[in-house]
Amino acid sequence: MYPSRFSYDAPNSVEEVIAILDQSGGEAKVMAGGQSLIPMLKLRFASPARVVDINGIPELEYHRIDPDGTLRIGALCRHEDLEFSTILGNFPTLAQASSLVADPIVRTRGTFVGSLCHADPQGDWSATMIALGGKIVAQGPKGRREIEVRDFVLGPFVNALAFNEVAVEAIVPPAKGKALGGYLKLERRVGDFATASVAVALDVDGDTVTRAGCALAGVGGRTIDANDAISVLVGKSFNSESIKQAAEAVAAAAEPRTDHRGSSSYKRHIVETFVTRILSNIANSEQKAA
Amino acid sequence: MTSLFDEVQEAPAEGVEVRRVTVNVNGADKTVDVEPRLLLVHLLRQALQLTGTHSGCDTTSCGACTVLMDGRPVKSCTVLAVQANGREVETVEGLATASELHPIQEGFKEEHGLQCGFCTPGMMLSAKALLERNPDPTEDEVRWALSGNLCRCTGYQNIVKSVLWAAKKMREQNQEA
Repeated sequence: MYPSRFSYDAPNSVEEVIAILDQSGGEAKVMAGGQSLIPMLKLRFASPARVVDINGIPELEYHRIDPDGTLRIGALCRHEDLEFSTILGNFPTLAQASSLVADPIVRTRGTFVGSLCHADPQGDWSATMIALGGKIVAQGPKGRREIEVRDFVLGPFVNALAFNEVAVEAIVPPAKGKALGGYLKLERRVGDFATASVAVALDVDGDTVTRAGCALAGVGGRTIDANDAISVLVGKSFNSESIKQAAEAVAAAAEPRTDHRGSSSYKRHIVETFVTRILSNIANSEQKAA
Repeated sequence: MTSLFDEVQEAPAEGVEVRRVTVNVNGADKTVDVEPRLLLVHLLRQALQLTGTHSGCDTTSCGACTVLMDGRPVKSCTVLAVQANGREVETVEGLATASELHPIQEGFKEEHGLQCGFCTPGMMLSAKALLERNPDPTEDEVRWALSGNLCRCTGYQNIVKSVLWAAKKMREQNQEA
C-alpha cells in the first residue's frame, strides 16, 4: 500500500514546524514516530497535503525529571526510551505500561507524545496519563499552553490541538507523598489492541491514599476517565473492603461493548479483576516494606 | 555511481515532489530519487533490488519487513524512505560475509529455525539487535524481543533455540578474540 501523495518537510526547529502548520491552514500533519500515522496514510484514513516530520529536531529527544519531581517527556522520546529508562522509579504506572505498548519493534520508533496526539481510545498512554493527571504542552504561534490530557482527548482520533499547534512535551506532576500504581493490559497477542487495560496511579501518605487516579482503555468509544470512580479510595488505607469497593466502582465506570475480543460483561469483569490485582499487589508490597 | 552515467530517469510529473536520499545500506551509500511517500521497504526491495527484506502484512503487525536503522530494529513498511536519508540501514543481505554465514544464520540452520522462511529475515534482524544489547539472554528475553515478529509455521520453539544457539556462539567468538 502507498500513502496518497503529500509534500514533505523535515524542519530543524519547532518554530519552523509551527510556521509550516500555520501556512498550511489545517492541511498539514505532524509526524513523530509515524507508527500510527504511516498506517493511517497507507490505509488512506488520512491524506494530508503536507507531512511535517519532526525527527530532525533532536532537542525534542528527552525525558527528564525536574528538581521538584515533575517528569517531562519530549515529543521525540520513543516508547523504548521509557521502557529502558532508569529514572522512572517514582512513576510506577508509566514504567509498567512502557513495555506493554504495541510490540518491541514499534517501540523503537513510536513516541509517547505522538501516541497521546493520536488519541486512540485503545491507547495505553492516554489511559496512563489520565490516571496520573498528566498534561500536554502545545506550542503555537502565540507561545505555549498546557492542556490536561483528560481534556486533550476530545474523541476517537481527535485531540484539542489547533491546526497551527504542535505538541512538544508531556508533563507528569510529582506525587504528593509516595507514588504507587500499576498498569495491566489483556491482549490476545503482543501488538494487538487491548481487550481491556487499567491504569491506576495513587499518591499515598503513610498508609492513607491522598490522591487516586484511574483510567481504562479498550472498554469504551474513548479512553474512560475513572478518576471519580476510584476516588472512593481517598482517605482510606488498603484493605480487602476498600479494594473491593474501588474495583466495583471502576468496573461500573467502564463502557465495554461486545465484539470479537469478548463480551461486554467479560470485559467489565476483567476491569474489576485488574483493579483488584493492582491494588492488592500494592497492598502486599507495602506490607512487606513496612 | 559506478559508470559515467546513472540510470536514465524520466522527469517527474507536474506537481510531484522528488527527494534525493542517500542511505547507507549494508555498508555502502546508495543515492536514489524518491517520492516522499515511498516506504523504506519499497526502496530496499524495488529501487535497490534487495528482496531479502520481505513485505508481509503491510500494516505494522507482522515484523517480516524488519531491518535495522542505525542499529535498532524498525518495521520498514512503517518508515518513509526519506526518513532513512543519512542513516545506516542493515538488511538480511548484510549479515553474511562472502565466505561465512553470520552466527545467527548458522543458528537458524543448526536448530531448524525456519520452515517457509518468510519471517526469517525479520526474525534474524530482531535477534541481532537483541544480542547487541544483551549477549546472554534468557529464553524469556528472547521471546520478549521477538514478540513483534510473527511466524505461522514453527510455533517459535526452534526460532528461540536458534537465537540462543547464536548467542552462545557469539559469546565464544568474543572470548577467543
